[in-house]
Amino acid sequence: MKSLILASATLVATAASADTPQLVVYTYDSFVSEWGPGPAVEAAFEATCDCDLKFVGAGDGAALLARIKLEGERSDADIVLGLDTNLTAAAKETGLFAPMSVTAEYALPIEWKDTHFAPYDWGYFAFVHNADADVPSNLKALGESDVKIVIQDPRSSTPGLGLLMWVKAAYADEAPAIWESLSDNIVTVTKGWSEAYGLFLEGEADMVLSYTTSPAYHLIAENDDSKAAALFDEGHYMQVEVAGKLAASDQPELADQFLQFMVSDAFQSVIPTTNWMYPAVTPSEGLPQGFETLVSPEKSLLLPEEEAASIRAEALDEWRAALSQ
Amino acid sequence: MARSAQPITLPVVAIWPGTCAALGVALLVLGTLVAVALRADDLSGFAAADWAALRFTLVQACLSAFLSVALAIPVAKALARRRFFGRRVLITLLGAPFILPVIVAILGLLAVFGRSGWMSDLLGLAGLPPVQIYGLHGVVIAHVFFNLPLATRLILQGWQEIPAERFRLAAQLNAGPRAMWQLTEAPMLRQVVPGTAAVIFAICLSSFAVALTLGGGPKATTIELAIYQAFHFDFDLGRAAMLSGVQLVLTVVAAFLALKASSSEGFGAGLDRAVIRWDGKGTCARIIDGFWIAAAALFLMLPLLAVLISGLPGLVSLPASVWGATWVSLQVAALSTVFLLCVALPLSASIALGRKRLGEVAGILGLAASPLVIGTGLFVMVYPYIDPFLLALPVTALVNMVMALPFALRILVPRMRQVLHHNARLALALDMNGRTFWRRVLLPRCRAQIGFAAGLTAALSLGDLGVIALFADPEVATLPLQVYRLMGAYRMEAAQGAALLLFVISMGAFWILDRGGRLHAEA
Repeated sequence: MKSLILASATLVATAASADTPQLVVYTYDSFVSEWGPGPAVEAAFEATCDCDLKFVGAGDGAALLARIKLEGERSDADIVLGLDTNLTAAAKETGLFAPMSVTAEYALPIEWKDTHFAPYDWGYFAFVHNADADVPSNLKALGESDVKIVIQDPRSSTPGLGLLMWVKAAYADEAPAIWESLSDNIVTVTKGWSEAYGLFLEGEADMVLSYTTSPAYHLIAENDDSKAAALFDEGHYMQVEVAGKLAASDQPELADQFLQFMVSDAFQSVIPTTNWMYPAVTPSEGLPQGFETLVSPEKSLLLPEEEAASIRAEALDEWRAALSQ
Repeated sequence: MARSAQPITLPVVAIWPGTCAALGVALLVLGTLVAVALRADDLSGFAAADWAALRFTLVQACLSAFLSVALAIPVAKALARRRFFGRRVLITLLGAPFILPVIVAILGLLAVFGRSGWMSDLLGLAGLPPVQIYGLHGVVIAHVFFNLPLATRLILQGWQEIPAERFRLAAQLNAGPRAMWQLTEAPMLRQVVPGTAAVIFAICLSSFAVALTLGGGPKATTIELAIYQAFHFDFDLGRAAMLSGVQLVLTVVAAFLALKASSSEGFGAGLDRAVIRWDGKGTCARIIDGFWIAAAALFLMLPLLAVLISGLPGLVSLPASVWGATWVSLQVAALSTVFLLCVALPLSASIALGRKRLGEVAGILGLAASPLVIGTGLFVMVYPYIDPFLLALPVTALVNMVMALPFALRILVPRMRQVLHHNARLALALDMNGRTFWRRVLLPRCRAQIGFAAGLTAALSLGDLGVIALFADPEVATLPLQVYRLMGAYRMEAAQGAALLLFVISMGAFWILDRGGRLHAEA
């Protein structure tokens, strides 16, 4: 009965606001949670657009793209926010995304030329450890050491796939050998980032696959400087998170407006301390205090999207073969 | 054949509502699978990696089912014949591992058995290396942790369904342990164990995160993980449907084997008097029972204690959204409990009246179905017509109901069979109609089982992450989803606090319903 009342109240509310245009953005769950960027972004955009911005949590990474493929052209979504360069090639292949024309002074370590997707944040994958621990300085040394690590499964997790690409980008044909040498360091492989990070905090491993920006959370939100990210000298693989507009959107202009808003100060200044990533465009007031303490890799690794898509299956087989022995 | 010697139970209540319920469940499970398969471009065959996944899945599920049941037998026996302070609380808490969100249970288990867990600390004091939990044995330990309590409860219930007269008779015959085994335990186990093992096998068959995390790497790939990969990583719906079909077939085979292996010979009628046990008075029996109860309690309670300890600091400063999520979760749980009673009661009555195959199979399908496939299938089916977000809560409740149904049937059917068997003749002689029989005879006499089944469903539903993720609106999150969200946002302490809240609420719901069914009855 209660939910019936609730449902009818929602219907009435929807009917009342039917004349304000609604922009529907599909994104991952942690973006829309109250600790994520969602609420602040929504308020800021609605203040300028005279519209209703609706975020919908629809699974993360690959699940988000799967959802769009399931819904096809009938999808209510106008924007998909939260894919990364490992998925953009597959996303374009669906033909569901439209070209866009966002321009900005990107603060990315690489040049951004994509025609369909605009970046909103980025970060480096890294192994996070307790600041007082002695850690190896590259993947090879890690493999030779007896340091214990937890990683995520590339089949179900974005960082897990990131590490797969990292090893491939840094070592190409040597990748299987690297995985073999890492196999005795890996305590376990988890389904998602949360499980792995939880295991690390419980002391199950010396290092966990995460981001160079993870220590910033502990430092800024918890006032705890006991976590650090290990700097690896072969370079760090990057994750660039992007958003794109759906071709079947019923609000194409509003969608363009949102994408341009996405690279503006109002959006970008929210990112560092809610998504705990680097903003794609440095906000005018700079990065929050604490970010200057983070390690910054000398070399950024990122496979072009076509290559990332084409070597994925092979890299996964190598990974599985090396770790299944 | 033994079957022909069975007394026929007269159809005092109608069978068709149960048949409808069974068909409805089968339609939901198979229909969603077909919906996914129809959306696929082409159906694919088994790849080499799938064979490895199938092998690992079968091995771990068989081992887990076998060990859970084998260990539950002495524990249930000890609990059935001992009365001690805290027994009821212990039995209620036995249900706990089963309803914890997976991620919380894993963290709890690892706090005890992990590389830096309590056990390893103890070993460290003695100068020994830490516990090596990751591997096939870790997967099995975790599955036993989840399922031993369930097996214990079901076997314990088997003990409780043995009429007091049987024990009186045994005592009069001065039956020793061996004779007691022959007179009571063995026939009861033959009824209960095969079905219990099949249910646990089916649960372990669809394990994913537990198997992967404790299995230590990709060699611990289960079919469910392969399904997830097919959906998300490859977006190959044909493969997902094919793998899910394999899961269904395996479960149905297990259910049939269980049905074949189980006997349904009864213990005869009793007068429902309080059970007094004269057996097991010897010191040796006391020591053995004490050992099993203590060992099971330690094994199950230590990880829960770890969950409690890590949750307490976060409990004081829970974000407001957690309370909203709690309310949503309670609604879902209430709804799925109502759904469950509507389906399980007629279904178990018709199974008890002899419609075994259809009922049992429909009952176990829910466990075999990958939640991902049910969720996606429903999504594909409703998406063109209805906004999926409007359906988030009812669909979640429905899927939770389907998942809880096999347990409910295990709980309800034996008792219903007993009640129908003993009262049908008299009821027909009195010309009692079906509705009166339900109200006056069946429901009151199955009250304890209905309470247990409802409690388990409510608790399972509260703890289940389920399909809500596919349908969820950002404003509508269930408590388990909120726990995951908090963890995903680095807020480990708040997440563990919310998990503890979830645990307390689930146990509370379970306790209220379970106790409610037993008021004025000997537990």
